[in-house]
Amino acid sequence: MSHHVINRSKAAKHDHWLVRWTLIAFAVGIMSLLVIGPLINVFYHAFELGVAIWWKALVDPNTLSALRLTIITAVISVSCNLVFGFAAAWAISRFPFRGKALLTTLIDLPFSVSPVIAGLIFVLLFGASGFFGPLLEFANVQIIFALPGIVLATTFVTFPFIARELIPVLEALGPDEEEAARTLGASAWQMFWHVTIPNIKWGLLYGVLLCNARAIGEFGAVSVVSGKIPGRTDTLPLTIEKFYQSFDKVSTASAFAVATLLTGLALITLVFKTYLETKTHQSTQRESVMDA
Amino acid sequence: MSIVVTNVSKNFGKHIALKDIDLEIPSGSLTALLGPSGSGKTTLLRIIAGLEEADAGSVTLEGEDFSDVPLRQRQIGFVFQHYALFRHMTVFDNIGFALKVRNQPKAEIRERVMELLNLIQLEGIENRYPSQLSGGQRQRVALARALSARPKVLLLDEPFGALDARVRKELRAWLRRLHDEIHVTSVFVTHDQEEALELADRVVVMSKGRIEQVGSPDEVYHQPANPFVMTFLGQVNLFHGRWDESPELADVSDGRNGTMVAYVRPHQLDLTRVISEDGAHWPGRIIRIHGAGVQVRIDLEMQPDKRPAEVLLPRERFQELNPIVGEDVYVRPKEMKIFPKGIDQDYTI
Repeated sequence: MSHHVINRSKAAKHDHWLVRWTLIAFAVGIMSLLVIGPLINVFYHAFELGVAIWWKALVDPNTLSALRLTIITAVISVSCNLVFGFAAAWAISRFPFRGKALLTTLIDLPFSVSPVIAGLIFVLLFGASGFFGPLLEFANVQIIFALPGIVLATTFVTFPFIARELIPVLEALGPDEEEAARTLGASAWQMFWHVTIPNIKWGLLYGVLLCNARAIGEFGAVSVVSGKIPGRTDTLPLTIEKFYQSFDKVSTASAFAVATLLTGLALITLVFKTYLETKTHQSTQRESVMDA
Repeated sequence: MSIVVTNVSKNFGKHIALKDIDLEIPSGSLTALLGPSGSGKTTLLRIIAGLEEADAGSVTLEGEDFSDVPLRQRQIGFVFQHYALFRHMTVFDNIGFALKVRNQPKAEIRERVMELLNLIQLEGIENRYPSQLSGGQRQRVALARALSARPKVLLLDEPFGALDARVRKELRAWLRRLHDEIHVTSVFVTHDQEEALELADRVVVMSKGRIEQVGSPDEVYHQPANPFVMTFLGQVNLFHGRWDESPELADVSDGRNGTMVAYVRPHQLDLTRVISEDGAHWPGRIIRIHGAGVQVRIDLEMQPDKRPAEVLLPRERFQELNPIVGEDVYVRPKEMKIFPKGIDQDYTI
């Protein structure tokens, strides 16, 4: 008799199975249409003309130098944003100061600005006819149409990821452990290394991962700033576009071939992200169970 | 290590947290900073620790001005209300942290950690993580950690606030024994007057950023300096009236003209059916009698203004009088404190 009662109360708390399955089917349908379908399409077209063409596109010197440039840009951007993002998140979550709301808004600015505009900002500042143009020419420094410009644009566009990931993590953490470390005689560096970083490491890695994914795939801002000089200022996304704009079949297949490279990188990122999510979930679960 | 606080003030924006605080904490004593929330006690503790900076004034430790000494060199141990144990380190690493950041050799760290685990009676748990400990265990580990570098001063911020009542009582007794053994100058913050009176050598009663009174537990309870202290530290009955020239009225605080308020604790009141010549007699009607316990508690309604009053009678006296509910009797104060009406009227908690 109690079994019957349990069944009834269970049904009262959960949606009808039809509702659940309809929603799941709907979500899967949208996912298939917008994400999975196009992904499969990319791989299909990449191998359409055979593996040889696919391989040729990948080992093409322009592709390889684009790969190199993409990776260098990503490494520099992510490293810079790691420092900037942590500093900003630290300041916002630990110190009271005037203009905190302004800083928080500024951090979100790259998200609300179109990437093309972001690239344009740097052209207007550092281009030949830009604000600093004459000064740069005098010093013989090239920013636009060169690596520094690409790095700047990419760093700008990917800045919010790490900061926004760290701010809630640091706020939830609270300053207590860090204050305790200080009262026990730790220097600021010792405190960061032994107490702060271990406590935020999953959030930090997650932010780095997102930042990295975006840095690799950035198109709009970089295309404005780079000048698309083949072999010199082409990134992977720009190379894909270049291949695609030549309308012969081989080039099209090559475009998709390079796209599989990018997709491969994205998929690795995704797998790693899912792994990190489960780790974060696990460690917070362990704590909350014990606090009960 | 004695601590001297001189003229310390602190504001947070428009909120005045501390105003002109002067305080001396004798070396080796266990002092309580007692007060309601918002009284500034935690702020004062954190300023002594170096976790906050005072806007004005100074703190000296054994004559040495602390204001120039950075936090990590102050040699204080701090115990937080919510323990603040390093969640990703074992108990061993938590307790050994202070020594590790001073680059002590591993063998010495091990020896000290074991010594402290023995002191807090938690040998065997050194490889556990804080999330695997109970609240009482965590607080003891926090205490061991604070003591690990042999601090000159031990500061505790509501150390037992987050624990349940039974554990709180145990740890209170335990802290007192520990202090008697170690004799390090200790200051703890609490809003629980029972805790302050039970634990401390000296009690500093604070309210709204100011010190109301400093004294031994006995002094602040039996000789309160003002209505706030008296009301905060225990049950109090209030009787309004005018000064009447009777020489037996004890402890008039200030002035003899105008309306006064007599503050009387429940056990300082007696009941009588007879008006005698000396002393005050206030008519009241018995509303309820709580018979259980060593002392009998009687709730009355004073006449004619119908204000409530509470009397605690020793059992023998109660049996002698044998009062009943509804009866009209006289309340007679055996002792009382009188303050002029209007002095610090706002003592609502």
